[in-house]
Amino acid sequence: MREAGWSRELTGTLVAAACAVGVLPMLVSTYTLTVLVIYGMLGLSLGLVWGFGGILCFGQAAFFGLGAYTYAIAAINIGESTVPMLLAVAIPAGFAALLGAMLFYGRLTDVYLGVITLVVTLILHRFMNATAGSDYVIGNARLGGFNGIPGFQTLNVPGHPASYVWGDSLYYFCAACLLLVYLLVSALLRSSFGRIAVGIRENETRAALMGYDVPARKTVMFTAGAAIAGLAGALFANWAEIVTPRLFSLGQSADIIIWCIVGGLGTRIGPVLGAAGLSYLKFLLGQQGLIHNSVVSGAILVLFVLFLPGGIAPVLANAWRSVTQRRPRRRSPRRRGPRSSLASGDA
Amino acid sequence: MSINRRHFLGGSAALTGAAVLGYPAAAADAIKLGSVLDSSGIFDAYGKPMDMAMRLAVADINNAGGLLGRPIEVVAYDTQSDMALYSQYAQQLTREDQVDVVHGGILSASREAIRQILRKSGTLYFYNVLYEGGVCDRNIFINGVTPAQQVEALVPYAMNKVGARTVYILAADYNYGQITAKWIQKYVGDNGGETVSVDFFPLDVSDFGSTIAKIQSTAPDLVIAPLVGGAHLSFFRQWAAAGMKARIPLASTTLGVGNEHKVLTADEGNGIMVAYNYSQELDTPKNAEFKRKWAAAYGDDTAIHEIAVSNYQGVLTWAAAVREAGSLERDSVVAALETGISVQGPGGTVTVDPRTHHAVLDVHLMEIENQGMTVIDTLPRRQPIDTQAVCDLEANPDDNQQYEIEI
Amino acid sequence: MDFILVIVVEVLYAIGALVLISAGLAVIFGMMRVINLAHGEFMMLGGYATITAVDLGVNVFLAMLVLAPAVVGVLGLVVERLVIRHLYGRLIDTMLATWGLSLLFVGIVTMVFGNTTTGISTPIPGFALGDYQVNGYNFFIVLVAAALLFLMLAVLRSTRSGLIARGTMQHADMAASLGYNPDRIYMLTFACGSALSGLAGAVLAPLVGLVPTSGGAYIAKAFITVIAGGPALIAGLASSAGVFGLINQIFSFAVSPVVGEVALLVAAVVLLRLLPRGITDRLFRESL
Repeated sequence: MREAGWSRELTGTLVAAACAVGVLPMLVSTYTLTVLVIYGMLGLSLGLVWGFGGILCFGQAAFFGLGAYTYAIAAINIGESTVPMLLAVAIPAGFAALLGAMLFYGRLTDVYLGVITLVVTLILHRFMNATAGSDYVIGNARLGGFNGIPGFQTLNVPGHPASYVWGDSLYYFCAACLLLVYLLVSALLRSSFGRIAVGIRENETRAALMGYDVPARKTVMFTAGAAIAGLAGALFANWAEIVTPRLFSLGQSADIIIWCIVGGLGTRIGPVLGAAGLSYLKFLLGQQGLIHNSVVSGAILVLFVLFLPGGIAPVLANAWRSVTQRRPRRRSPRRRGPRSSLASGDA
Repeated sequence: MSINRRHFLGGSAALTGAAVLGYPAAAADAIKLGSVLDSSGIFDAYGKPMDMAMRLAVADINNAGGLLGRPIEVVAYDTQSDMALYSQYAQQLTREDQVDVVHGGILSASREAIRQILRKSGTLYFYNVLYEGGVCDRNIFINGVTPAQQVEALVPYAMNKVGARTVYILAADYNYGQITAKWIQKYVGDNGGETVSVDFFPLDVSDFGSTIAKIQSTAPDLVIAPLVGGAHLSFFRQWAAAGMKARIPLASTTLGVGNEHKVLTADEGNGIMVAYNYSQELDTPKNAEFKRKWAAAYGDDTAIHEIAVSNYQGVLTWAAAVREAGSLERDSVVAALETGISVQGPGGTVTVDPRTHHAVLDVHLMEIENQGMTVIDTLPRRQPIDTQAVCDLEANPDDNQQYEIEI
Repeated sequence: MDFILVIVVEVLYAIGALVLISAGLAVIFGMMRVINLAHGEFMMLGGYATITAVDLGVNVFLAMLVLAPAVVGVLGLVVERLVIRHLYGRLIDTMLATWGLSLLFVGIVTMVFGNTTTGISTPIPGFALGDYQVNGYNFFIVLVAAALLFLMLAVLRSTRSGLIARGTMQHADMAASLGYNPDRIYMLTFACGSALSGLAGAVLAPLVGLVPTSGGAYIAKAFITVIAGGPALIAGLASSAGVFGLINQIFSFAVSPVVGEVALLVAAVVLLRLLPRGITDRLFRESL
């Protein structure tokens, strides 16, 4: 039964993704789309950690930035992009595993956890900002402080450093990565690990009393989120062709949290849509001079929290359901809706 | 279908932009001038006046009949002080809008974010900002003063004026500050002085209490402070509040670039020594005319600052080169610029240096006085000697990097 | 010897500044469990209120100590009525809504005042401490911070309204059944917290200058101080500000202000790892 559901969802996701990837370039330039896809992946990483793991991480930007910097530094030293890409996933993941173990075995929860992740991000930001001097070198790579690191080898076909993947191909590559990550996240959430993680989110004490090793499971969840954010960071570095300490900034962390809440927490597609939609809005707002764009984003956030705290995805899913299922043949068993992992539909 | 739709969307976006900004929809054969500046966000004190200056220059040219008989249309994007948006809009300018030239970028990070995009697409690029020097790329022209141009003039003047032998340097901790600090050290040594200490501060440091105490414990004769941005402005406040102004004189290579001296009170700012290409108090007919035009366009002329004038002069330089070349094609415009073209701007004569694509310009020694910058002396036609030491585009036209100049 | 005195002054100043920065948040978050991410913007607005008033010819001390807290307090009242009161008990939602408010305030202030740094000069002259010149305003900040702590202690411990407020925060239902109106008490407490933030912003404005985004510099520090302080409002505030101020200044003098900041942050991580519920969870448990 569950197997059938999985294969149907898989087909649905693939078809929907193929349509989206094919159609969107007709509306928006692929260059802009690429970064929307990357932000979507970053949104998904926090959507997983926060929405399903119940871990409010104020510092998802730290892993994003770490991924980008790792890629840039490794690419300058190695000169070929395959190993740097792998490192850009591994190093943020390793860092998150250490940090997560420290936090979760220390039984830090909710606000305290948020503050520590925030502080770690601030430390990284301060440090990166203070590395303009010529002493801060890793191999051949100058860290560059506030100005960041430009001019590193960008993504190439593995083994062929001269054949760059850029422009439209970079877009399709990023979209494929996002799809892959999305499917992996779906599979993870369907596994017993994922279901227990949601159980821990709902009631940590009960999960612990049932004999599950809560700190270890939370650490793994946290690490998975960091790995995804690291991958997004590496792709971002390839897209922007420059990395700067701004990637670690509080503003960047804030954006990610806003994406998740607007998109819909506890859904998989919500953070992706929230990230892409809001970033595109920001891009559009830069083309006009009438109203300050932070007024718009601030107002959106307040209004969402007050009037639509579940985010957009559940609303879309309901609309989709009411279109596709005119006659409700049976009451949905998942009436409690927005928090459930399947409520987001297959979009 | 797809192409039509994309063009439709791009076109409507441009139209909306034009309507919002109050510019008449341009004729089909208009020359397109692209601009990317931080008109909002934390750098808008720099970006907004730059944008105003660019539009003023374009309006001047259009009122005089345009360029090659065609009007200039501005395609401007606000990068919101976000480095990621720079590359996005640069792509937009080159691919969708297909502009003929791009003027813009403020921080060095923003310039490096778009320089390669513009080079790859063959779009001529003007970076009109005071910066740390060393960029060597045939596709870019830079007309801001570089550290050597400024420091070479400022350091001997300040040291002689106060009879200083020991100097304490406080610099912003990024590319510009690091490189400028090295140049200051060199010229302090050349003028028989000694640098007692160099301290660097990231751009968000705003509490200088411990630093002020430390400076007093070394008791230097002069403090030179290439500090940048709003947070660093508090140094000058706290320095005055501690009563240090009467004890140790100050010089700066950055204070006033974004009109910071108008934010400080007269008591806090008076007597600080600076050196730039432009001052509102510059008493020349060109400057008087410029200020009059600015006031006519925007109501009053208080917003004008150093890099706004650089941006104005950058647009004039480009226009002069297009007239000279008789074409908009990049290589002929570059060739025209490389003849060493000159324009008369509000800051004096600006000449393109063909070897480095930087500018030969006048540097004015000034002192801050009652929230203005009083010109003490003018050093005409200063060469960009720092960049000239590493960059020769006549010998290596394919060079494409930013050199760190060994001093 | 003089140099050591200077260091002592700077340490006291750093502690005083931390107390000021965190006091408003300690009330709003510590007492009401509302994560107010617009705290920094309340401070920024206090600063702008002061500067505007001084430009209009109001005495600077009147503007800082009375006008700015009043303006921001009223604003806090409006914010509480419109947004916060719908969100009590929803910790994360208060955080997100106030984040939105903070963006909104930054945007509006930018549209009104522009993005250029503004400021007023410090109203107290510098003076000599042995061979050294010291910023006289530092003493004013220490004084205001100390007065603030005593005032908060006096109000919460010795006045009827302080007692009612504390009771309501602990047990709103009980307070309601005793005939008090929790809704009104929450509203007033939030307004008081906002007024404290406004005061802090006003008092610090002459020292550091102001841009619409100034608030961002304070919010992280304020949160770290309040959370590391733990459950006891005033003892927590004083003790964590003491620890962090001391560490910050020692490293600032020994190395540089940046290292001082980083040392503060590292100290916060270590402290929270060792005392996950804050300093006053273990020490000074019975105090306020």
